[in-house]
Amino acid sequence: MAAVKSHEEHAVIVETGHYALVLALALAIVQGLAPLVGAIRRDGELMAMAQPAAVMQFLLVAFSFGALTYSYVTSDFSVTNVFENSHSLKPLIYKISGVWGNHEGSMLLWVLILAAFGATVALFSRGMPDDLRALVLAVQSWIAAAFLLFVLLTSNPFARLDPAPIDGRDLNPLLQDPGLAIHPPLLYIGYVGFSITFSFALAALISGRIDAAWARYIRPWTLGAWVFLTLGIAMGSYWAYYTLGWGGFWFWDPVENASLLPWLAGTALLHSAAVMEKRDALKIWTIFLAILAFSLSLLGTFLVRSGVLTSVHSFASDPQRGIFILAILVFFIGGSLALFAFRASALKPGGIFAPVSREGALVLNNLLLTTSCATVFIGTLYPLALEAVTGEKISVGAPFFNLTFGPLFIPILLAMPIGQMLAWKRGDLLGAAQRLVLATALGVVGTLVLYALRGGDVVPAVLAGLAIYLTIGSFVEIAGRLSGAPSASAVLARALGLPRSAWGAAFAHAGVGLTLFGLAATGWGVERIVSVKPGEAVSAGPYEVVIMSIAPREGPNYNELVAHTQIREGGRVIAEIDPSRRSFTTRTMVRTEAGIVTLGLGQVYMNIADVRVDGAIDLRLYWKPYVALIWIGALVMALGGLLSMSDRRLRIGIAKRAAAHVQTAAAE
Amino acid sequence: MIWASFAFMTGAVVLAVLWPLGRARASSVRAPDVAFYHSQLEEIQRDLSLGLLTPEDAEAAKTEAGRRLLQNADGGETKSGSRTAVRLAAVFALVVIPAFSLSLYSRIGSPDAPDLPLQARAAEREGNAELMSAIGKIEQHLAANPDDGRGWEIIGPVYMKLGRYEEAARAFANASRVLGDSAERLVAQGESLVYAAQERVTPEAAELFEKALELREGNPVAYFYLALAREQMGDRDGALDAFSNLARGTPPDAPWQAAVRARIVALGGRIEAIESVQNAIPSEQQAMIRAMVDQLAGKLEQNGQDAEGWARLIRSYTVLRAQDLAKAALGKARAALAKDADGLKRINTLADELGLKG
Repeated sequence: MAAVKSHEEHAVIVETGHYALVLALALAIVQGLAPLVGAIRRDGELMAMAQPAAVMQFLLVAFSFGALTYSYVTSDFSVTNVFENSHSLKPLIYKISGVWGNHEGSMLLWVLILAAFGATVALFSRGMPDDLRALVLAVQSWIAAAFLLFVLLTSNPFARLDPAPIDGRDLNPLLQDPGLAIHPPLLYIGYVGFSITFSFALAALISGRIDAAWARYIRPWTLGAWVFLTLGIAMGSYWAYYTLGWGGFWFWDPVENASLLPWLAGTALLHSAAVMEKRDALKIWTIFLAILAFSLSLLGTFLVRSGVLTSVHSFASDPQRGIFILAILVFFIGGSLALFAFRASALKPGGIFAPVSREGALVLNNLLLTTSCATVFIGTLYPLALEAVTGEKISVGAPFFNLTFGPLFIPILLAMPIGQMLAWKRGDLLGAAQRLVLATALGVVGTLVLYALRGGDVVPAVLAGLAIYLTIGSFVEIAGRLSGAPSASAVLARALGLPRSAWGAAFAHAGVGLTLFGLAATGWGVERIVSVKPGEAVSAGPYEVVIMSIAPREGPNYNELVAHTQIREGGRVIAEIDPSRRSFTTRTMVRTEAGIVTLGLGQVYMNIADVRVDGAIDLRLYWKPYVALIWIGALVMALGGLLSMSDRRLRIGIAKRAAAHVQTAAAE
Repeated sequence: MIWASFAFMTGAVVLAVLWPLGRARASSVRAPDVAFYHSQLEEIQRDLSLGLLTPEDAEAAKTEAGRRLLQNADGGETKSGSRTAVRLAAVFALVVIPAFSLSLYSRIGSPDAPDLPLQARAAEREGNAELMSAIGKIEQHLAANPDDGRGWEIIGPVYMKLGRYEEAARAFANASRVLGDSAERLVAQGESLVYAAQERVTPEAAELFEKALELREGNPVAYFYLALAREQMGDRDGALDAFSNLARGTPPDAPWQAAVRARIVALGGRIEAIESVQNAIPSEQQAMIRAMVDQLAGKLEQNGQDAEGWARLIRSYTVLRAQDLAKAALGKARAALAKDADGLKRINTLADELGLKG
């Protein structure tokens, strides 16, 4: 890969990147076959081919991705993809994020992350049985081969233009945004992270060997994928919130649902894998969930990337890409489920357990999560199926999901703290309930106080009370362990001594509580649509909003009209915001930039809906109390996942160290 | 130079794959299981000290973990591979990786295209700056004199070339507004709209193409986009017919032939059928066209409620310079469409256009 730039005037980085991608495909084919044969024949040499191949594959795809990025940064418009999605005047950060701000580049990013996961398994899996690792890397390589083929044949980012245009067509202004610069990578790391658990599941089915150790190997991957998916969904929702200008953050849009589906399945997987690891039970179910989580990730990719969502008809008239992804979908989902049906019976069944126990509670969690996942699935795909069959366009919106998803999720929320209180093997339901008395009481008091203070509908207050119970209840188990310590330093010592996974569970569950509180609080928000001129003031909840000036301003590749605004409380200026309306010259598109200021946990949100001839502007103005908790909750959930990942037993090389420990113990 | 670096990369990849082969590898698959068992025992002890497990349950859990370890004891050892399997894998990697990559890349790659960063294109950029200032001047002029049809007509293609398709469409529309409709202007406007819509023939564009065809029979560009519109609406057979007609009815060296043939192939049609027509001597070609027209006439004899069909027939006769037949068809059409006011109107307009009386 060196010696590329020897002639400065004839540099061929782009084409070298193109070739690297082709080479990665060839390598993926070999990596998909040799280690598989090796694992079946128990041939150590063939199995060992997987590791260097996986690392090499990552290097090739990374080089290729780097070459595409290079062509974006240098505005090389001889690359069709750069011409279509970039512009010489675009700020550097959006030149870079433009790489994945389009179909071809985002699929290349998908493959890059896939290869990165494969290389990580190859490099950091010393403590894993050789045959399991070889099989995992082989399956991972099948996925890579399918997607590389897709990229090269239908969505090649390295297609060239001759003669090269002198400037590009710019990136869709909606995507020229820091939020969208990081949202796709986060989401893709989440999606693609489940490819590893999928590969582990298939490896288990092929080898017929599955045990509690298997559940431990997949745990860091599941947790990692889950953390990134959580962050990716939160980021996407915040982006929609501040970009689309309606103050909404979740629209039950198919694209959003496509990311929620693997999240729900992944959450279920996380919990069932915990049961499997501790109790050697739920094996077959865990395998199924691992297949399901990645299948839903693939489905999400298909929905977003095939164009089937924009219109079933546009999909049908230009079906090449869609058909290709559909074929990938059918091959991997169908193939894995067939393998599952064929081999699941060969797996040794696990233990049985009592219904009232930690594992029993986790089974309940699994049932409710998969059912709610099915609900979202139906709500998302039914309209598509109907349109394809009858041509009738219906939209399944928020009311459907609120009525079906809501009732399924409330029992999960209620049961979450109780499940945490139950012991493994045999739980004491009454005892658990008793220890939650305080949290329950605070929840009820919270409901009454908030209802008395805020008035209005009763639902927000009840949900907020549930959120309080959930957030506090998440920490009751840990509080119980710390209480009774004689001194503050003893409390600290005990806190540090607790397994990180216990802290992780507490934080992740509390994060759900915080998000729920933020969601409940939307019921207390204020929304106004007003027409204002400079110097005029309007009220938004407890604050006064004063328009100081409305003036044009010039950006690098846009012109904008800015409404400079002060937020005052009791006559005192506490914040200033600049909502604006941007016109992008190249794409002749307009995008509004909401002005948002966070005050406490609430936000004042302002968007210029329209500009009038007489110089007045129509403002969409919101006061949203506690709204920041929605995303803070997601961050806390992710933090919980990370804490759990850092648990001692999951650290890389643990098996090796444990073995060494045993040897020294034996020597003594 | 580029091939040398490709060869180098390919070599590195093949080496990476072959590297583990031939290194003796005999290890126990079971070591990790044992290690896992011990870490599990530690964990049970920890859960016990935290009160997550009762002493009896902890004892039971330990027994269970031990039983699991024994259960998995059939794992067995790996062996160093058989020489044939390893040799086979080596040959496979050595052959498949270079052969596959080089043949695929030579199909889809552009090895002769060097990088073209904007910085290296100073001269072009200067030219571009000049062009931009010239465009600016014309734009100012047109803003002041919006009725300068020639000006609009000059700037339209410039916009097209720069990829500013919406503006191009607007320029052509203005040109038509001032100078009146012409087939060329309508087609240019329609084409700009198609490009602006990511190469989809929008209804608005289709209307322009139809209008252009009314003004000038057989404008190949308009005909092409209308065929594409059919394809995009899912009418594969109709599109295939239309593309085939276009391929047959225009000279084989016409600039659009390649695009048309690509569509025909994409729709599953056969090129040979077209070529046999194009290679035929003109009189034979005439005869073939005649046969097709006769077929259409026969169809209309049986079912006359088809204004579109009649219009096509009358046009075809005119194109074949068979004025008498055209007039006769016109009479028949009027009789057949007596009850169809719209159809009748369409036929009469056509007759006016073609200068047919009677």
